[in-house]
Amino acid sequence: MIFVTVGTQLPFPRMIRAVALWASNRGRRDLYFQHGGYSGDLNGLANTDFLDAATAAKSLQTASIVVAHAGTGTILSCLERGIPCIIVPRHGALGEHRNDHQIATARKFEGRGGIFVAWSEFDIAPLLDRASELSGGSGIDPYASPELISAIRDFVWEGRSRHE
Amino acid sequence: MSKQRPRVLAIASKGGHWTELRRIRPAFNGCEVIWACTDASIRSEVQDGRFIIVPDANRWQKLRLLVCACKVAILVLRLRPDVIVSTGAAPGYFALRFGSFIGARTLWLDSIANAEELSLSGVQASRFADLTLTQWTELGVALPPRTERDSRKVYYGGAVV
Repeated sequence: MIFVTVGTQLPFPRMIRAVALWASNRGRRDLYFQHGGYSGDLNGLANTDFLDAATAAKSLQTASIVVAHAGTGTILSCLERGIPCIIVPRHGALGEHRNDHQIATARKFEGRGGIFVAWSEFDIAPLLDRASELSGGSGIDPYASPELISAIRDFVWEGRSRHE
Repeated sequence: MSKQRPRVLAIASKGGHWTELRRIRPAFNGCEVIWACTDASIRSEVQDGRFIIVPDANRWQKLRLLVCACKVAILVLRLRPDVIVSTGAAPGYFALRFGSFIGARTLWLDSIANAEELSLSGVQASRFADLTLTQWTELGVALPPRTERDSRKVYYGGAVV
């Protein structure tokens, strides 16, 4: 199953339309769209506007590949599970987000094992056509870098507790 | 210095903010942790502590922001955490703001999504939080030992991935 997700906040019709068009051209039915509110035609393919975190995690778990906006929640979840993920950054100028931070995110994560960037909607179909060659990587550790864990731990334990 | 078990409020909005907060969980080993998120279904992920649902809002939803701020204020006053840690967004910002009024030590971990500039909430939080961390070396100074830190500065001390 191809899981298509726009995250918890905003719709992203430019991405949804491109994936739906690809599915229609290839005669594919094994997709599930989480679109955040999409008024276009999805040819009866399975879809929903939003998912809670637990349900989204289940959908992700059953996906062979994910197409997503360039949000860190989906990126990290795919990296953890070793699921290949095509990310499409939202553009602030197109009203797809409040600014261009997803473009920065895509730049930073491009080239990392399992993450493939579609810089425009036209890059989505070529990536999906070779989905079977896209590897999800080996799955990253579920926790942050030891450096960050110890920095936060150090901060947490530096003061006095008021409760004991 | 006391080494009694600190009470930690770990708070984030759903989506990427929560995913990042979940990834720093080992930092709270041995603490009394209260997890707070805007998505009720997260409860099933939390085994090591209490879980509380908080309302969400963004900066264009003025009424919801007010509701969010009030609920978070009550939560912070009721729990009186020793430490508050947030990865964003609005509820976490309010928790740090009210937490700093009641003497909690506060840490803002700016989302890894902000790779080229700190989030607006992060910039605001850095004015009162005890420690503000970015996850990109370009956006912060390498985290020095405790005694050399300036609470108004933004530091880099590692990333969630």
